[in-house]
Amino acid sequence: MSSAQFLHCQHAHCESGVTSNLLQHEGIHISEPMAFGIGAGIFFAHLPFVKVSGTPGTTFRTWPGAIFKRVTQRLHIDIHTERFRTPEKAMHALDNVLAAGKPVGMLSSVYYLPYLPEAFRFHFNAHNIVAYGKEGNEYLISDPVMEDVTRIAPEDLAKARFAKGTPEPRGFMYYIKSVPQTVNFERAIQAGIKQTCFFMLSPPLPWFGNKAIFLLAKKIKQYPHKLPPRKAALYLGNIIRMQEEIGTGGGGFRFLYAAFLQEAGEMMKRDDLLEYSKELTTIGDAWRNFAYHAARLMKDRKSDLVNFDELSELLHKCGEMEKDLFTRMSKIKW
Amino acid sequence: MNVNEVPQDPKDFREGDKIKKVVYAVDKEGHYTNVTSAGWEAENFATKQAWDAIDEEMAETIERVRKGEVSPILYFMQKSLMDISILAKYAGKWQWQVKRHMKPAVFKKLSPAMLQTYARIFNITVDELTGFGK
Repeated sequence: MSSAQFLHCQHAHCESGVTSNLLQHEGIHISEPMAFGIGAGIFFAHLPFVKVSGTPGTTFRTWPGAIFKRVTQRLHIDIHTERFRTPEKAMHALDNVLAAGKPVGMLSSVYYLPYLPEAFRFHFNAHNIVAYGKEGNEYLISDPVMEDVTRIAPEDLAKARFAKGTPEPRGFMYYIKSVPQTVNFERAIQAGIKQTCFFMLSPPLPWFGNKAIFLLAKKIKQYPHKLPPRKAALYLGNIIRMQEEIGTGGGGFRFLYAAFLQEAGEMMKRDDLLEYSKELTTIGDAWRNFAYHAARLMKDRKSDLVNFDELSELLHKCGEMEKDLFTRMSKIKW
Repeated sequence: MNVNEVPQDPKDFREGDKIKKVVYAVDKEGHYTNVTSAGWEAENFATKQAWDAIDEEMAETIERVRKGEVSPILYFMQKSLMDISILAKYAGKWQWQVKRHMKPAVFKKLSPAMLQTYARIFNITVDELTGFGK
């Protein structure tokens, strides 16, 4: 098994990266942005009542596992997914699939992956990695956020696959069983864009989709009145990290999605998609600008209240631009 | 973001400079391409702050353990970046039970098996756990 071959490519985001790498391995050429777009990966949610290490949960992407599932469904690829009750069963099943020569995708906790720098190792349980072989006791790992392939000891991998918290991976693993002769990207792209617009615009609850951006803007306005300065700074810091640091490709996945729109526009020869891509790039820049100013505000905790209002205004604008963009995209005639 | 605007601010703490991550940016012809970035000042600052907050919390906790106000479990929980809900899940206990174990008087009476469980979760020995702060 030591001769296992896997073409590892570094990507911005773990799940779309794993999806792209696994499909490439089966001979389907799909870029990371393409996987992200077809899998309708872009999203927004802000859940003030769900505290993640003491700060309100904010996410810029859809829930873990969704991208791989949607991409394979839309391209009619046959996959197998499985969760387990015990680490023993999970590791045994992994060994069996690897022995059959299939690379396997897995959910894991960043905290238990020793090869990652300490700076990134928080209890984040939805990190996707691929195991593509075993050498002696060690597993050969392709982690899409790393420049190169790496290895991990079985005890560490078992811990990472059975981390507790929210969400719990419970040893979740997935692999591709077979691929069709030809795949139709155009239909998949349409379905992906339609779903993205639906998820952004339609949730009637204030915590999900485009509405949540306005909710967060409103909350930020209240931070200086409701929170001690230290807490307000931590809350802002968490938003910045979710937007920029956790493998988003910059601007809270907006650039990644803009790259998808561009690739889709070129593939389908549609100028409107290219135009939307450009617009989303501008919106991504606005998000970066928001993060930049949020960081400035964090640095100087004693800033006067006006600044929080201005910051809220910057975010509000991002929300409005996206609302406008996704509303028009939802009306695209295919 | 244009390719030449991709920030390269090194993340010079906790091995953060070991990885260069990928970001997407637009080149001169308006094409999207992926570029590696060492990091960005804004995000570096936010991450550093999160770590500093943990360090500050741990420093406070060490004092409290020494004074006998809380048990070492609180310290090692913070050191492992956990909160009570996560720790309770790992320990297989209710949150109120874990909170109780953080009282020094209760901690002293914990069974060897329970101490062993905590030591395993924190990846330390039982002696390191019980001897902490003495």
